[in-house]
Amino acid sequence: MQQLLTTALGGLTLGAVYAAFALALCLIWRSTRIVNFAQAPMAMITTYIALVIIDAGHSYWTGFAAALVSGLLLGAVVERVVVRPVEGKAEINAVILTLGLFILIHAVAGIVFGSRYRSFPAPFGVRGLTVGDTPVALTGFGVFTVLAVMVVMGLLVLLFRYTEVGLMMRAAAFNQEVARVLGVKVGRMLTLGWALAALVGSLSGLLIAGGSLVHPAYMDSVVVYGFVAAVLGGLDSPVGSVIGGMLLGLSLSAVSGYLGSELVPLAALVILMAVLLLRPGGLFSHHAERRV
Amino acid sequence: MPTTTEAGEKDPAAAADGRGGPRRRWRSSVLPRHLSLAVLGLLAVTVVMETTGSFANSQLASMAYLGIAAGGLTVLTGLNGQLSLGHGAFMAVGAYTTALFLDGEPPALPLPVVLAAATLVTLLVGAVVGVAAARLHGPYIAGATLALAVAVPGVVLHFERLGGEQGLGVRMPETPVWVLDAAYFVTGSELDPTKYVAYIGWAALVVTYVLLANLMRGRVGRTWRAVRDDEVAAEIAGIHLGRARVLAFVVSTACAGLAGAVMAMAVRITAPSGFSLTLSLTLLSAVVLGGLGSLTGALIGSALLTFLPHLVTGLGTDAGLTDVRAAELAPAVYGLTMILVILVAPAGITGTLRNLWRRRRGVA
Amino acid sequence: MQRTRRFRRTTRLAGLLTAAALLAACGAGGRPDDGEGKAAPDAGITEDTIKIGGHFPLTGVAAPGYSEIPSGHKAYYDYVNANGGVNGRKIEYVVKDDAYNPTNTSTVTNELVLKEEIFGMVAGLGTPTHTAVVDFLNAEKVPDLMVSSGSLMWGDDPAKRPWTFGWQPDYMIEGKIIGQWVKENMPDAKVGLFLQDDDFGRDGEAGARKYIDDQIVETVRYTPGNTDVAPQLAKLQAADVDLVLGFNVPSYTALSQLTAMKINFRPKWFHSNVGSDPALVGALLARFSEGKVKGSAGLLDGVLTTEYIPGTDATDSEWLKLWQKVWDAHGAEGELTNYRIYGMSQAYTFVQALQAAGDDPTREGVVKALEKVGSTLEGPGLAPFRYSEDSHLGISGMEVVRLEDGRGEPLTPVLVTDIGDAPIEEDDSAAKDAPPANGIPDVEPAS
Repeated sequence: MQQLLTTALGGLTLGAVYAAFALALCLIWRSTRIVNFAQAPMAMITTYIALVIIDAGHSYWTGFAAALVSGLLLGAVVERVVVRPVEGKAEINAVILTLGLFILIHAVAGIVFGSRYRSFPAPFGVRGLTVGDTPVALTGFGVFTVLAVMVVMGLLVLLFRYTEVGLMMRAAAFNQEVARVLGVKVGRMLTLGWALAALVGSLSGLLIAGGSLVHPAYMDSVVVYGFVAAVLGGLDSPVGSVIGGMLLGLSLSAVSGYLGSELVPLAALVILMAVLLLRPGGLFSHHAERRV
Repeated sequence: MPTTTEAGEKDPAAAADGRGGPRRRWRSSVLPRHLSLAVLGLLAVTVVMETTGSFANSQLASMAYLGIAAGGLTVLTGLNGQLSLGHGAFMAVGAYTTALFLDGEPPALPLPVVLAAATLVTLLVGAVVGVAAARLHGPYIAGATLALAVAVPGVVLHFERLGGEQGLGVRMPETPVWVLDAAYFVTGSELDPTKYVAYIGWAALVVTYVLLANLMRGRVGRTWRAVRDDEVAAEIAGIHLGRARVLAFVVSTACAGLAGAVMAMAVRITAPSGFSLTLSLTLLSAVVLGGLGSLTGALIGSALLTFLPHLVTGLGTDAGLTDVRAAELAPAVYGLTMILVILVAPAGITGTLRNLWRRRRGVA
Repeated sequence: MQRTRRFRRTTRLAGLLTAAALLAACGAGGRPDDGEGKAAPDAGITEDTIKIGGHFPLTGVAAPGYSEIPSGHKAYYDYVNANGGVNGRKIEYVVKDDAYNPTNTSTVTNELVLKEEIFGMVAGLGTPTHTAVVDFLNAEKVPDLMVSSGSLMWGDDPAKRPWTFGWQPDYMIEGKIIGQWVKENMPDAKVGLFLQDDDFGRDGEAGARKYIDDQIVETVRYTPGNTDVAPQLAKLQAADVDLVLGFNVPSYTALSQLTAMKINFRPKWFHSNVGSDPALVGALLARFSEGKVKGSAGLLDGVLTTEYIPGTDATDSEWLKLWQKVWDAHGAEGELTNYRIYGMSQAYTFVQALQAAGDDPTREGVVKALEKVGSTLEGPGLAPFRYSEDSHLGISGMEVVRLEDGRGEPLTPVLVTDIGDAPIEEDDSAAKDAPPANGIPDVEPAS
């Protein structure tokens, strides 16, 4: 019973991180129809930026904010400089490009920050909470993780549904030509989409690092799980991404706890293939067919 | 035709895709050409192998297995437009098959049979994955094969027989006496085990490349290109899209399996950490660097993967970087050139050179 | 048209080249029999130098701590070289990075043996990594001394690997000594095993099970690289484990402590020697010490472990004074750490082996000398080596200690044993060895 609870709570916090990452992938997919495989190292490097700032004696929250801001900037720069030329070209070029970025950012992090394990702090304590007299396997930081992801998802939904910028971003993603005719500055909207995505990605990097150890490869598996989560949710919908992330976190935690942690990546692969082959539009799609 | 990633090769015969006469004549002239190139290649390899030291031989062995895998990948990605981030996983299948078959004193099967078996087993696994992958597209197939690359080492850990994290030692069978005699007769020097493996690797590479070159120049290759360039048109022309994709995937994974087999023998161990995501990604960077869809490009790419790290790391330490940091320079160069190639020269090294050459001849 | 002409030219050229190659080759005649006229001197050794090599993880996740070992070696060799070397020969130590990846180990070992032409491999680190090259080194007849790992493979079968020698106590005798201590001192504890998924975990488990098989209620394994160990610890917690016995590397000591805090799991911990370096683990955990003992290893207080050489905490040991002197004079950047002491202790043994091999050491001579006098060598090890013709295993024992404030407080005398069913006995004899005044051993040639 206790193990079940521990596994479930662990899965929930892990799921929140995958959800944030899936959200980031989803944002970029919506605006440019590209899966950004470099999202993981981008988030890793902003986490390191936070670590440097915290190590210099500033508070956790200064580092936290700096990581989010640098994520925003990094996303915008990457879109403007690297991705813009291949937008609308063959899909494969964009994929190769983001993989090149993946390798490059990794190596740069290794050169600048070294490749040893470093500990990353977490606010709200890293000791499990107690409810009444029973200890539960949930830390204050874990609660913060889940809440932060929910809030971000809510804000994104609000942005897309109820603001003018959000409307313009949707228009730019839906049909660039029409959007241009309507006076939307499409290029700017795409840059904004990437910037927001990188910000959310940075958040997932900070959340998974908190209270644990980081090294330049610590986000690598998250790119796989985040992708699976995004596909579960249909790759198109922020709410779908978050639900997909949570479901994936819970299932992978169960696999890890009861079957063996070495089978987790295999389980992710099986889930991914099952979704792609049986419900290509994601778990919540209403359309029967979609090209994957 | 959006040939953005093609190496810019044009077959004079590709246009004449008629039946009967012209095609047969063309086919019959291309095979001897490839074979004579193969003989030349083997001779060149022999000369290089005999004039360099043992360490260079071992490097050549790694270049051979990287080259075989890159050759397979370039066919899949360059000709058929499917991206695989999971070729490291397929190499693992080939390598583990080899390790298991070579276990035992003496090994149950002769070496060529072991190589064939490793290729075949990987081919079967590739067929299963290929059937699933054929239904996917661009980023989805990339994501799925990425998941595969991460999953396979975990599966290896799950089965005790496969040696866990430590992997399996690969016992190289004794070099047969007739091989030793033949090698001495031809080269006049003793054949040590390192060189033996390097020769096996290059022989495998040459055979693979001849087969791949013929496939690429033939009807199958044209089908693949047609599917890559325009699915609708290809389908109208009577091409079965799924079948063409699965075939490309199977051929490509068979190469990866053979590469894994050579790798197991060259490295003398096969362990999960040898088949990391990095391996799959660097393979991809090799074919992108060399020029997608070109076997020469794949070979150049694998040469870069083999020799560049040494060079760059040396430069880094000379420039005052610590060993630890200098070791990261090589991947930094791969990543950066991958980005630049896609942005500036989508045809890769071979394609760019060929285009330059054409342009100069056009001017003159 | 043009194509056919070019094609004809290529085939003709190929034919010519083949013929030329065959002609050139015919002069070679028959192959000489094996072993004919092979009296060439061993590689790597000249009148005034001897070149040795080692593979270590200088990069990657295994690098923290381990990457410091070669700097210890280098400092001690520099010290010996500055004092005239060994029989007039200066020791040159070539270190290659394998990032703890067996595939890389194979490549860099090729480089060391075939290109650098080292005399011997000294202190190559890691069980999975060194497994990749041990057969190659033996096939090439390269001495493979003092492997930095406690796998049984480095010495339990000298007939199979005659050129390989272990150095540190193997994980099986460590498991046995820990098992017996738990049996005697915590007979009612429910023991859970936290194991690295390789020989390290397996040998340790086998040793421990010889004494506390009935006390072990749960076993979990982790693979290096996966930093989420919550599922494993949740399993131990669910089995009501109150003593966790860890055969794991230092970063996983830190991770398991952190995760246990998260899930409110408060057992007693016993980490094997490898995973218990207070300085390294403490540095990783310092950030989470919640202001209790800022910047110290306070979180590890009360953790049980073992020791087999005097470390930085043995402030009154003559050995530590020697290592400090060597490090101050010849060390690289940074402070003297337990990993550097480990490297210097190995280097000390290597110098002894070289001296024992006589004025003109050969590869075979070093191996024979170690087999002959290895068990009598006096050095920093708390227990003697087991080197003989029948065993190439290293140090034969250790003491159980409890960590308090970053220092190990001994709980037992030095306990000595061997693999298999050999009994565990007290033996303080080697613990009293002191270094010679000049800090350089003086071993008589063995033959």
